[in-house]
Amino acid sequence: MTRSAPLSRRTALKLAGAATLPLVHIRTAGAAGKLAVGFWDHWVPQGNEVMRSQVKAWADKNKVDVSLDFIASSGNKLLVTIAAEEQAATGHDILQFPTWEVQNHSGKLEPIDDVVGRLEAKYGKLDPYFEYLGKADGHWRAVPTSSGTQYKGPAARIDLFKQHCGIDLQAMYPAKPVHTPESDNWTYDTFLKAAEQCAKIGKPFGIGLGTTTDSVDTAGSICAAFGVQFVDAKGKITVNSDNTRHLLEYMKKLVPFLPKNVYSFDDATDNRMLIADQSALIYNPPSAWAVAVRDAPKVAEQCWHFSPTPLGPAGRFVPMLVFAWGVWSFSRNKSAAKDLLEFLMQRENVQARCSVVYGFDIPPFDSMLDFDIWNTAGPPVGTVYNYPLRPFHQATRWITAMPAPPQIAVQIYNQALPCNMIAKVTQGGQTPDQAIAWATSELESYVG
Amino acid sequence: MAEGTISITALPAARIPARRSPMRRWLGHRSTMGFLMALPLIAVVGGLVVYPGIYAIALSLMDRRMTHFVGLHNFARLLERNTFQLVIFQSCLFAITAVVLKAIIGFALAHLMHNIPTRKQRAFRGFLLIPWVIPLALSTLVWWWLFDPSYSAFNWALNKIGLASVPWLGQPWWARFCMIWVNTWFGTPFFMIMYLAALKSVPEQLYEAAAIDGASAIQKLYLVTLPMLRNVISITVLFSLIVTFANFDIVRILTNGGPLNTTHMFATYAFQIGIQSGDIPLGAAVSLFMLPILAIASYFILRGITQRSKDAY
Repeated sequence: MTRSAPLSRRTALKLAGAATLPLVHIRTAGAAGKLAVGFWDHWVPQGNEVMRSQVKAWADKNKVDVSLDFIASSGNKLLVTIAAEEQAATGHDILQFPTWEVQNHSGKLEPIDDVVGRLEAKYGKLDPYFEYLGKADGHWRAVPTSSGTQYKGPAARIDLFKQHCGIDLQAMYPAKPVHTPESDNWTYDTFLKAAEQCAKIGKPFGIGLGTTTDSVDTAGSICAAFGVQFVDAKGKITVNSDNTRHLLEYMKKLVPFLPKNVYSFDDATDNRMLIADQSALIYNPPSAWAVAVRDAPKVAEQCWHFSPTPLGPAGRFVPMLVFAWGVWSFSRNKSAAKDLLEFLMQRENVQARCSVVYGFDIPPFDSMLDFDIWNTAGPPVGTVYNYPLRPFHQATRWITAMPAPPQIAVQIYNQALPCNMIAKVTQGGQTPDQAIAWATSELESYVG
Repeated sequence: MAEGTISITALPAARIPARRSPMRRWLGHRSTMGFLMALPLIAVVGGLVVYPGIYAIALSLMDRRMTHFVGLHNFARLLERNTFQLVIFQSCLFAITAVVLKAIIGFALAHLMHNIPTRKQRAFRGFLLIPWVIPLALSTLVWWWLFDPSYSAFNWALNKIGLASVPWLGQPWWARFCMIWVNTWFGTPFFMIMYLAALKSVPEQLYEAAAIDGASAIQKLYLVTLPMLRNVISITVLFSLIVTFANFDIVRILTNGGPLNTTHMFATYAFQIGIQSGDIPLGAAVSLFMLPILAIASYFILRGITQRSKDAY
């Protein structure tokens, strides 16, 4: 008969320590471990530096060995990385997910309701826009972040609008929290008149109908303002409507005042037009202005940003692109990952990051819209005050193809359906009904 | 020794060689060594070509979430899409037009080069190879700048002589022309160098004999040069057709499939659907559509080569 060796005190202590190790990660990452993080490579280098220092501070405090990569979005490198890691079920613990990617990969993302819940309790409820893109199967799958999140509302020339369109942009959207009567007059009819005036002086609006995100975002915002809905929330195709016909008739009037090459615009064409003093208005975050500050100061000092797009029959819909941080379900250090994300989304850290990127980054929480950067950035000072959407703007955050089910909406978005539908009429010479019939057949293949 | 006695003398023990193990015998075969030396390449081809190909076929038969088998549903869905029908048309138009142009221009250049004295040929050969040597993505970026809506050097030159700017990438047929042009510019040196090498292998006596028979230059081309080069032409056309069909860089950089989806190819459409729209199985189905088209083209071209080879014997 064999007898097992008695348990020594040392062995008992070791076993007890190992058994309690998982319990330590319930809320804090107090135990050592490793974390691999992949964030978006910000176009402002200082943004990456501040992020790196914040992550290091957290890592040092929590004794976690963090490796931080910055992955560029140019060349779709970030998209490809996300797709590859999901397929391989290995890679980073945390990745940054642009716009639709949370929905595209929700099946492999760890539910993060706890982190979002605590952040909402502290900083206020998130807009339904963020839920549309960040929640799947009733659970938050990623934390909306400020890093890279942007509006794509108008950025226009103060001097050209004043001189040729009779519109004082700084009076319409001043750098203070006030709703002005002039802003009520910022409608699509005013927009059309201004477009005509600016085209006459050789500085047309730099609005594209291409295949890239700038064009799709702008077209989607105009469609929404006219009450055009491609697919409803239940997945029913609703594009065949009088609203759509009304929109297409409007675009037939607008497009002749846009550049002839409007159908080949990419995401940088409008930026280059503004910087080169070739356009009076583009739809863009402040990145073009920031480059103009360096390369074309005389143009930069005449730029004024205001996210509220023109008022249409259905309202104002401001194109927004959100980035979110998600934790893969195959991560081996989920509690540490969630702790890091919650730390990075604390107000002081968000403010530190926003302050070094010319106010480009937009926090997802309205309570964080009082950062000083939007008051002080310039020249001209106040140019980005109305860049973050504020309650008195009376506008709605929007992404093209809302409120279609996300797996259908992402196809509408990525295949530039709104732009192509409009181009069928304005370039292809089709009637609105023909264009709508084409859009319907495309949507049937997305829905089917 | 008594009569009738048989004397047996023991022979010295023969040297029986030790038997080699089966493994050593197997390793000793030349075919085995050849296989082992090719094994790294076989592993690379298997890992980077065969496995992804089989995986792509498996993916194309799954639903969007990659959880259920749906058979050929993805392929049927694609054929219903007007955009995909355009993709098939554009891919064939692009590939066939570009390959024909490359073959004709490459053939003409090879002939011109062949008639330059050998000493001076080297410089021209090097110069004409430059488009093929520069990384395609880089050279396409330069072409994109030449066609750019705001800063096009071509439009600047046209404006200088009083002509209107051309919407190079903004109008469907101009955009298609630009794509075909860039691909032709890039791929012609490959054809030129292959045909030049083939021309140098045509026996001079054939041309002498043709000259004696009174053949003109055009007759020599049709009756001597082309028949001798037919297999090389077939192989280069097949190779270029496959590569051009699967082109991604030029479309992605120049037009991203626009305007109005009129320049999308299989590869870019597969990327847009699979990676950007998150429907990887549907994207895999798009890319697999190339397979039957290219398989048919390969069959007929290779059959011609095989028949000509048999006739030669």
